[in-house]
Amino acid sequence: MPELAADRPDFRQALEALTGRFPGAVLSSGVEKGESAVRLRKDDLEAVLRFLKDELGFNVLEDIIVLDNVRTAAEGGKRFSVLYQLYRHPGASRIRLVVDVGDNEGLASAVPVYRSADWAEREAFDMFGVRFEGHPGLRRIYLPDDFEGYPLRKDFPLEGRDGGV
Amino acid sequence: MSDSPEKHPFLLTRADMFITWAQKNSLWPFGSGLACCAIEMIATAAARFDIARFGMELFRASPRQADLFIVAGTVTNKMAPVIRRLWDQMPDPKWALAMGNCAIGGGPFPTYSVLQGVDKIIPVDVYVAGCPPTPQGLIHGLMTLQEKISRSHPTKEILNPDARTSR
Amino acid sequence: MAFKEIDLNMGPQHPSTHGVLRLKLAVDNEVVLRVEPVVGYLHRGMEKLWENLTYTQVVPLTDRLDYIASLSNNLGYVLAVEKLAGIEVPRRARYIRVVLAELQRLASHLAWLGFMANDIGAMSVLLYGFEARETILDVFEEYCGARLTIHGIRIGGVPHDLDGALVARIRKVLDGIPARLADIRALLDENRIWKGRTVGVGTITASAAIEYGLTGPPLRASGVRWDLRKDLPYSSYDEFDFEVPLGRNGDVYDRYLIRLEEICQSIRIVRQALDGLPEGETSVKVPRVLKVAPSEVFHTIEAPKGVLGFYIKSNGTDKPERVKMKSPSFINLQSLEHMCKGNLFSDVVGILGSLDIVLGEIDK
Repeated sequence: MPELAADRPDFRQALEALTGRFPGAVLSSGVEKGESAVRLRKDDLEAVLRFLKDELGFNVLEDIIVLDNVRTAAEGGKRFSVLYQLYRHPGASRIRLVVDVGDNEGLASAVPVYRSADWAEREAFDMFGVRFEGHPGLRRIYLPDDFEGYPLRKDFPLEGRDGGV
Repeated sequence: MSDSPEKHPFLLTRADMFITWAQKNSLWPFGSGLACCAIEMIATAAARFDIARFGMELFRASPRQADLFIVAGTVTNKMAPVIRRLWDQMPDPKWALAMGNCAIGGGPFPTYSVLQGVDKIIPVDVYVAGCPPTPQGLIHGLMTLQEKISRSHPTKEILNPDARTSR
Repeated sequence: MAFKEIDLNMGPQHPSTHGVLRLKLAVDNEVVLRVEPVVGYLHRGMEKLWENLTYTQVVPLTDRLDYIASLSNNLGYVLAVEKLAGIEVPRRARYIRVVLAELQRLASHLAWLGFMANDIGAMSVLLYGFEARETILDVFEEYCGARLTIHGIRIGGVPHDLDGALVARIRKVLDGIPARLADIRALLDENRIWKGRTVGVGTITASAAIEYGLTGPPLRASGVRWDLRKDLPYSSYDEFDFEVPLGRNGDVYDRYLIRLEEICQSIRIVRQALDGLPEGETSVKVPRVLKVAPSEVFHTIEAPKGVLGFYIKSNGTDKPERVKMKSPSFINLQSLEHMCKGNLFSDVVGILGSLDIVLGEIDK
């Protein structure tokens, strides 16, 4: 599959440039199923995003995905993993950044770097309660403003809590 | 008329027949197209299935000009107050048709944000099942509604407003 | 007392918002100053629901996302699952998927054309477009029984084969569409009113488009050559010969022309796929209860509305740990304010129509 070839050679280059510019920022990295992922230190997020966009050409933020690690969090890990899917056009290559965030911790907003992060971060806040510092207007996007709870957390029941309308 | 209306049943039945004939053949739908069912509703209004032959081609955008509320699609908790308000804005006589499984009972979405059936907030006259119902199914539902209208007695409500059931 | 700025509310119940979308407009007399879309009126909690269903059970629910092009959603999700689980689909199935996906693109663009023209005022185009669309929906109905929420692409392949009669029927449908398209083009292309309402309206430059993450026909209308069927081909798209139409000005008129051209290219692709349909199976055997070892993938396809992506994380059970859908309409809608600023507020409807959004996809 062509996608496999697109990810690997660029990835090694990008990884070397990253670790060279931000020593200690990359906690781990790997390629699985042809997709490259880099686990970052939380505080380096904004600088790394800017570097990837301005200097390595990853000009598109395709999506921000949040995972609820409620099971591993009980053993001392961080509650949420926030994934950033970056894409380079032209070039058709991808890289995934992973940042771990605790339940009451804030995370730097990606909006100053990627405009398309605006609604994606609002969605992450709405569904999980992850707070993005520096976002121009962080508030719920799907659910009514007076909704209580964060539905995509694993401890929130599917049918909801208050019986709806 | 000085005697009570019940003493002239023949006239009243004829009046009923005339009024219901006029009502059922010129229903103006208020197409509240919410989700996938809205597309089938539009397909029913398009040239192939031609809802115009029933007199219903005039979909009104404003509830104040419509008399048939077709709830086509999923009603979420966020949208529910809006649906209720739109229903209240419709003048009498009015009817409601729940189109699709979501409007009937939440459909395939038993989730935290979906209202499990629009009949929780407005009184529904006809339920058309399907996900989405085919245009033929919707037309069958509309014809069922027409039958229901033809069995109603509008003169009773006109002559005796206190007997009117609140909707 | 000088009134400069007026706040207008459009929706959520509105005939031209393509669903339950609310737009908060701030206008200065008739010129748009700010647009704030409020979404969520169709938020059904799909992603939460999917975590409680098996991989196979999720497929019919993806139909309800972009309900005008359900087969594209099926394809996007199913390809992601197959990448995750390492399932290799036979070549015949891949060709049939291309036929179905491109027919779905045709149906989606014809519906878009009808809706957008109707919003601007050309009601006959709605009827012509839907009539052409009905011929395609008949093909789907004959293929697997459903017109709109089709579920015609499953994990491992496709549910049915295309026999000679159905292939002949599809060819007949393809022969009929250019004539209908010519009728519509005769009505709109050089029409003074249409051009007055679309040329120079809602312009977005290529760099701004990429900045906002715009994808699909609106991006290509601004001159950016980005089509995943060419850049990151999937399901044997690299075996077909087709062009990617590009616009120049990035206005509503260009977006209209791009999609018409895409209709012609889709017809071309389907004809090639039918001509070169290989022998073989239409599906591999997939266990009824599909358990996937812990892993994650992010897979994207070029859906009619833009780049549709699915991120799936598996945890070893038969249910996914997390499924996140990257919705093209969600991201495209963010650029609405940029496109509307400075235009008249009656142009908002045309610009919104040219973006071709679907609320089911935006709100999940």
